[in-house]
Amino acid sequence: MNRIAFTLTVNAMACEVVAEPRKLLSDVLREDLRLTGTHVGCEHGVCGACTVLVDGAPARACLIFAIQMQCREITTVEGLTPAEGLSPLQQALHEEHGLQCGYCTPGIITTFEAFLRENPKPTDDEIREVLSGNLCRCTGYANIVRAIRKAAQIMRKGTAA
Amino acid sequence: MKPAKFEYHKPETLDEALTLLAEYGDEARVIAGGQSLVPMMNIRLARPDHLIDINGIDDLSQIRLENGSVAIGALVRHREIEHSAQLAQACPPLPAAACNIGHYALRARGTIGGSLALADPAAEFPLMATLLDAEFVARSGAGERSVPSHEFFVSVFTTALEPEEILTAVRFRTLAQSEGWGFRWFSRRVGDYALVNAAAIVALKDEGRIHRIAMVLGGVGATPVRLTGLEQESVGAEASAGWVREISSAAAARVEPGGDKHASAEYRRELVELLLAGALEDAIDRCRGRQAA
Repeated sequence: MNRIAFTLTVNAMACEVVAEPRKLLSDVLREDLRLTGTHVGCEHGVCGACTVLVDGAPARACLIFAIQMQCREITTVEGLTPAEGLSPLQQALHEEHGLQCGYCTPGIITTFEAFLRENPKPTDDEIREVLSGNLCRCTGYANIVRAIRKAAQIMRKGTAA
Repeated sequence: MKPAKFEYHKPETLDEALTLLAEYGDEARVIAGGQSLVPMMNIRLARPDHLIDINGIDDLSQIRLENGSVAIGALVRHREIEHSAQLAQACPPLPAAACNIGHYALRARGTIGGSLALADPAAEFPLMATLLDAEFVARSGAGERSVPSHEFFVSVFTTALEPEEILTAVRFRTLAQSEGWGFRWFSRRVGDYALVNAAAIVALKDEGRIHRIAMVLGGVGATPVRLTGLEQESVGAEASAGWVREISSAAAARVEPGGDKHASAEYRRELVELLLAGALEDAIDRCRGRQAA
């Protein structure tokens, strides 16, 4: 095995990793760093469950080799969760029943953290277009759209205050 | 599944990358955004022994407007093209194509060079490259050459790039003030490759007659298909609704789409007629809008 030592910055912490170059970021996060909030679904970029932020932009962790991420800032769902309680997006998903089994939820949270920063007042069509990259087999999406709309509202008030 | 073993290289300059490529040739793959290559590696359809990561090479990430053309570096991400104000002005079909690629997260990472070098015949950028008479800049240790789009796309997933060459930039022509454009596609799900897509550019003169025209179809052959014969026949025609119907059904009769599990050849032909008509209508409307403005 050609294991290599390198450093990743995950949720603002420097993490030493020893892994083969072929190891996917999703696997390094879950297995080496024990950050199991990043879920692995399809492993070919379709389902969106493993979405994380790379320098603030959404990216499929299953389509990146961990070794490529040296000198990048990676944020996982753990890094988006406040020390106490839930983020506005998490709280809204909870209140609006935007999840059932929860498998797709971390990918939806990371995706929309990025999207709502870029577009704080999206239309339902825009939310649905972005949400099309995250497969959910439980909810039928309607409650997720409602939750994202609510979170956007709360986040706008938060920045206005 | 997990990818097979490989050796990882991260060159900091293009010269370094070209040296590595010259050394490993066929055994190496260049990775840019990785949004198509990594899925293929994960299911082991691709098993390179060496992976050359060009993400650290700065000078491949620029969009430069030149006289009558725009040069886009191979590492420019889809989302940059989607949101580029200068492209929206100079070459609006490119942002329109970019915002239709895959999903939000894939567009943040995927690159134009990667999409073109992959050469999926139904993908957005190969279609636009064929529409916009693109010139592909290929570099190797031996130097640089420029390949026109009709030579670059050889077949499905096959381009004129040699194993030791890297696609560094693509030059598209910009649109003239008198030109209008249209782009239509159909896919069963958002984010999928189109079953068929169509794009057109039209310039009118003499009270609505076709002065210049370009038409291209994707998903109907091994490469995007430029309708050169029909373009020539169209010059001078009156750009009426009847003409749009005529030319679209003539295009549908001339293409030879294949049938597969996603759609029959007959269905693809129907899509050609519908989508090309839509693209032409949009192009003519935009053209008239620009003339009125």
